[in-house]
Amino acid sequence: MTQAADKFVVAGREFSSRLIIGTGKYKDYQQNADALTASGADIVTVAVRRVNLSNPNEPMLVDFIDPKETVFLPNTAGCFTGEDAVRTLRLAREAGGWDLVKLEVLSDPKHLYPDMEETMRAAKLLIADGFKVMVYCSDDPVFARKLEDLGCVAIMPVGGLIGSGHGIQNPVNIRLIVEQSSVPVIVDAGVGTASEAAAAMELGCDAVITNTAIAEAKDPIKMARAMKHAIIAGREAYLAGRMPRKKYADPSSPLAGLI
Amino acid sequence: MTITITINGEEYADLPDDISVAGLLAHLKLPKGKIAVERNLEIVPKSKFENIKLENGDKLEIIHFIGGG
Repeated sequence: MTQAADKFVVAGREFSSRLIIGTGKYKDYQQNADALTASGADIVTVAVRRVNLSNPNEPMLVDFIDPKETVFLPNTAGCFTGEDAVRTLRLAREAGGWDLVKLEVLSDPKHLYPDMEETMRAAKLLIADGFKVMVYCSDDPVFARKLEDLGCVAIMPVGGLIGSGHGIQNPVNIRLIVEQSSVPVIVDAGVGTASEAAAAMELGCDAVITNTAIAEAKDPIKMARAMKHAIIAGREAYLAGRMPRKKYADPSSPLAGLI
Repeated sequence: MTITITINGEEYADLPDDISVAGLLAHLKLPKGKIAVERNLEIVPKSKFENIKLENGDKLEIIHFIGGG
């Protein structure tokens, strides 16, 4: 019997990479595009903002990263109410024609934790409007279940504070969410380096979103490549199943037959 | 006759009163394939850029995608 291929599927769409990268904080769009190539990611998160009317010739993201080749996942960063989020994503849908979106309704700028009450309300509005909602949420399994029940197509719990590089702060909760979910679970935020991305994947997450860890690395291109390998390594380790932890040493060479 | 409209929070006066959304985008030198337009809180579908004429006092938002996490 051959093993079924390990595919990453969100809302019926299949992706080859389990790494999703952000497009913020890079030196310029060219560096961003180079990091994308190095990362092997199929999906990038993007923000929706007013055009600069005083300089229509300003470089545009779509001139560097082609939305026909890379899936754009528009976010609602900066939105603090459900209505703002719906308004922003309707514009994004018109600009790009995409219905797969990243909902994030933030609260206090100090920690950028999701406002879960407002996130739930926004998710309902967006789903009713035909969007396929991938949702940034707290690492609370109870809210994660509620969001899945509403019809969100991916649950994206915070691993650590956005942009902090703290790593996965609550691996137990992430594992609980992974175990209970029948839609993909994607760690969103907190990853600071490759080992932390691998750790998220070893918990059984379906994918990882990272922006700052790549963009603010000393060498973003090299870090993008490191993240690519870490995601593959973490996923394969999860599928392989780690050995049990033991209390004491257990020799790898047999003791029998010693001279 | 001219009209005054608000675009992305800024006032634009002296626009011709028969200007369409497409006409305005050309006037602003914005590539219509890379942006989206909201007029008085309603999306303007790209297919209607040519047909929809702007009116005095309209409030427009013109957006595009930028880097984000």
